[in-house]
Amino acid sequence: MKYFNEIGTYFLMLGQIFRRPTKSNVMRELIFKEIEELILNSLGIVIFISFFVGGVVSIQTALNINNPLIPEMLVGYATRQSVILEFAPTFISIIMAGKIGSFITSSIGSMRVTEQIDALEVMGINSLNYLVFPKIIALLLYPFIIGMAMFLGIFGGWVASVYGGFTSSASFIEGIQSDFIGFHLTYAFIKTLVFAFILATVPSYQGYYMKGGALEVGKASTYSFVWTSVIIILANYVITTLLLS
Amino acid sequence: MIQVKHLYKSFGDVAVLKDISTTFEQGKTNLIIGSSGSGKTVFLKCLLGLFSPESGEIFYGTQSFSAMDKDQRKELREHIGMVFQGGALFDSMTVEENVMFPLRMYSNQNQKEMIERVNIVLDRVNLQGANNKFPSEISGGMQKRVAIARAIVNNPRYLFCDEPNSGLDPQTSMVIDKLIEDLTKEYHITTLVVTHDMNSVMEIGQNIVFLQHGKVAWEGNADNIFNASEQSVIDFVYSSNLFKKIRTIQQQNKG
Repeated sequence: MKYFNEIGTYFLMLGQIFRRPTKSNVMRELIFKEIEELILNSLGIVIFISFFVGGVVSIQTALNINNPLIPEMLVGYATRQSVILEFAPTFISIIMAGKIGSFITSSIGSMRVTEQIDALEVMGINSLNYLVFPKIIALLLYPFIIGMAMFLGIFGGWVASVYGGFTSSASFIEGIQSDFIGFHLTYAFIKTLVFAFILATVPSYQGYYMKGGALEVGKASTYSFVWTSVIIILANYVITTLLLS
Repeated sequence: MIQVKHLYKSFGDVAVLKDISTTFEQGKTNLIIGSSGSGKTVFLKCLLGLFSPESGEIFYGTQSFSAMDKDQRKELREHIGMVFQGGALFDSMTVEENVMFPLRMYSNQNQKEMIERVNIVLDRVNLQGANNKFPSEISGGMQKRVAIARAIVNNPRYLFCDEPNSGLDPQTSMVIDKLIEDLTKEYHITTLVVTHDMNSVMEIGQNIVFLQHGKVAWEGNADNIFNASEQSVIDFVYSSNLFKKIRTIQQQNKG
């Protein structure tokens, strides 16, 4: 019963976010601030993880295909498919659930604890629109991060396999180019946009409706990571079933 | 003026406010006092619309709050200034940005005019030169004064203060009390202060509502609170050692 109640509250919250909009010049500033905090401040970790995980994927693929009948270009092909279909959109989103998700929950939760949200409401401001809407808009740039993660993952794979002596540059590039299906990119970016919405709203819900003090802010951040990850994984399954199977 | 008629509020099975009826007058500092858990803050939050009462009516002037639609409530809230117990300053903003916030939301002034207005109210609360400091860089008393400055920057008709002296030393508390009293007279606004500080009661208690177990147990002012016959009021007033000693001395002098 508790879960149904929470799901209901979450959807009611979504409705509230888009009502009684904040003044446009204030909202514009908030959006730029959120772009800096959620997108630009995430670039470092995404660059680092994408490059090295791409490298590890290619090394593991190369080490597992020592059969001479399997072409060397398969390393590039497998790296591309793994990175575009799963690693960049899903794996990075799970990491972002930890990074920006817990940031969103703790910042909104702290505002709840210190009555800053009450202060907004008393001033006649729709606090959900003020706090969550700019995050949703800022995270429309999330596909940019994922696109970068795709490129860096494949580049990391190329560096690791070529300079690690597992394959030649030509065969890796041949693998990247072979049997490319454009719809896979569309599929990856569709789910990226869905994950971006989940990343903006689920942690906001956890922070906005939390009760208690500083300890509960910490607990809410943990719940936020767990639930955002679970919902991303479930959404991934549903989207994959609908679009690819 | 704010009128409250038969207000009830409960959380689950716990009734917090039970049939509260009272009037808060314009141009006066109206105090809501009572011991912890008596329902003061819940009452204040009901008045502000942050909690919805089960029944009863609240009138702002002649307008019933419960009968207002969302737009009317929004318009009313533009005329309400609120000082929260902890200040509730936005910690990502400087003092100037905090005070300017209601202006940015509701006025059509340009940046220069807004800064001028902010400087006037910061000057009024004796915080000249603190514009670029963040809330974490100033003391608790200064934070309360910034909160007051933010509450009055838009020339409100109603000023609500939730325990404005909590966590402050007696001297700073007196400064805050004096400021609230002066602003009430200056702008002729309806001021409501929730407190359990007897010094505030004595300093600014022009109209006092005493809450006990969610009910109005006594109403009066600072001049007649010591003559109250209700035991709960007597217990509250003489809970401080200072007042106990004064009463003992008075009784000895009479004897």
